[in-house]
Amino acid sequence: MNSNTSVQVINCGKTFEDGTQALQPINLEIKGGETLVLLGPSGCGKTTLLRIIAGLETLDAGGQVLFNGEDVSHLPVEKRNIGMVFQSYALFPNMTVRDNIGYGLKVRRQSLADRQTRIQEMLAMMHIENLAERQISQLSGGQRQRVALARAIAVRPKVLLLDEPLTALDALLRERLRVEIDTLLRSLGITAIYVTHDQSEAMALADRIVVMSNGRIAQQGTPREIYQQPSNSFVADFIGTANKINGRMTDQGFEVEGVVLPKSILNVVGGNSTSANPIQTQAIFRPEDTEIVSQDQAHFNGQVASTFFMGDRTRLLVDGISESPIIVETTFKQEISIGTEISIRIKDQGLMLLPDELIEDLPKEIVEKTEQ
Amino acid sequence: MMLSRKLSFYLQLLFTLLVCAFLIVPVVLSALAGVTANFFVGLESGLTLSWLAQVIDLYTDTIYLSLLIAFACLVITLIIGVPAAYALARMGGRSARIIEETIVLPVAVPGLAIALALILSYGGFREFRSSWLFILVGHVLYTLPFMIRSVLAVLSSIDFKTLEEGAASLGAGFWYRLKTVVLPNVRPGILAGSLMVVTLSIGEFNLTWMLHTPITKTLPVGLADSYASMRLEVASAYTLIFFIMIVPLLIAMQMLSASNKAKTTKHSVTKNIGS
Repeated sequence: MNSNTSVQVINCGKTFEDGTQALQPINLEIKGGETLVLLGPSGCGKTTLLRIIAGLETLDAGGQVLFNGEDVSHLPVEKRNIGMVFQSYALFPNMTVRDNIGYGLKVRRQSLADRQTRIQEMLAMMHIENLAERQISQLSGGQRQRVALARAIAVRPKVLLLDEPLTALDALLRERLRVEIDTLLRSLGITAIYVTHDQSEAMALADRIVVMSNGRIAQQGTPREIYQQPSNSFVADFIGTANKINGRMTDQGFEVEGVVLPKSILNVVGGNSTSANPIQTQAIFRPEDTEIVSQDQAHFNGQVASTFFMGDRTRLLVDGISESPIIVETTFKQEISIGTEISIRIKDQGLMLLPDELIEDLPKEIVEKTEQ
Repeated sequence: MMLSRKLSFYLQLLFTLLVCAFLIVPVVLSALAGVTANFFVGLESGLTLSWLAQVIDLYTDTIYLSLLIAFACLVITLIIGVPAAYALARMGGRSARIIEETIVLPVAVPGLAIALALILSYGGFREFRSSWLFILVGHVLYTLPFMIRSVLAVLSSIDFKTLEEGAASLGAGFWYRLKTVVLPNVRPGILAGSLMVVTLSIGEFNLTWMLHTPITKTLPVGLADSYASMRLEVASAYTLIFFIMIVPLLIAMQMLSASNKAKTTKHSVTKNIGS
């Protein structure tokens, strides 16, 4: 079965004709059957990387893309046997739904009977049997994306590539289709690479997330690792909400402006060092890892600057702790008025140290030097 | 509010009708003149088809030549224009725009100037100069931008690059993509461009007048000839024949764009029923 193709990206960089470097040379391995999500803000190179894997973009000299160990770098897209789903659907407006789904099969010169069987299978899988004879212009966005998925999967591709497939849809539909795609990918066991800028989409779908920034990999890991042990402040900021505080590690704990936070609140699950470190470091904590406590138990005291009632919880912005307001979440039912003095405690293992400072924060020359 | 809206509606209607009348009355008069026995006497002199017969008798060759040139012009603009539009759309950016503007130049430059340039460059080739192919070259120069523009407009409205990428991802090579995805989707542009080219070629006068020889005359040149040297009735009958040839083309062009619109409307209606 070809559904377990592994993909290896070796030293793949991309410099556009005008000299902009969209992608620094990247190494990446995607195991057979794995769902990998490339996540990052626009312009981070995630789509470029996907298009390189697809064969829609040439890569800089020295790079290689392997499918199951076989070099496909020089094969054009039509020879790579991939399935691709585009943000803009890319369905053929001159064909019906049925002909769209059957297009790849026809290209492969399958017999009419085989094609019809496979098309019927795909229509059933995507629950769009009733749309088979429709024109593309008669379909809604969600229906179009289902057809696009069916079309891509119909040819039994080695790898399924999805380029922001849900971005053009409204929130409710996005949620529903996301669940469907998830189920689909699990049941097919197909190797899938999914590009998105939406972190919740990434968390929900991925076996593994690769967070990208400025044409390089900022961090890769399971959704849990990425969220709970971000390896730099970019990842911490991009995934979820993070409060940043500056301090330094001492034998007693993490010292922030004279206050020593005990070691018990440090997150030591990851490889992050907790040993005494005399230099300034940054630490982050999530809004949900805080609690409002009485003053004697507090780590920090501050003033409520604004409140946002979100139904199940209330989000508070608290001044007077660090330069920018600290974000705190509480399930406290009563309304908290602005200006109230509150005491905050970081829950055990809620504080994460960021050992390596993010490459983006350094001047470009230094980055290039460290590269060599 | 209601009243003033009604009033303005009728005023607009009146204005539109006046403009229409202004444009249509000369046409009707001219057409009538072509079938009137003696225009100076008026309609009382009776209606006749003899003028038309006379025109057909005198100018059959001209009519055929016009059709031949228009058809040849269409074939050439299709062969050059459609791939050119595709290449320009693929290329994109500044250089594509510069090339497009260069191609459009013959539309902006007076036909007489193009004709003069052609005569200066190629007039020395006697055989070529005296054949209808010489006129054809002028017509191709003049109509090619319309074909390219028309195809290019459709290409840029359908995001054909992504469509092609979609087809390629499904295994389709270049020629297969072209046949199954690109061409079917730019067909409206090709059709509109074709009608435009034929209509323009049949009606072209400026260029043709400079390029023609006594034995290579097209319809409009013949028309000028008949105005200058024949009775007014003959010239009018000529105009009538010209109309008969050109009006169906114009109507076809209109119907084409109308049917395109109707298609989209029909689709949105069924969509509403469906949901």
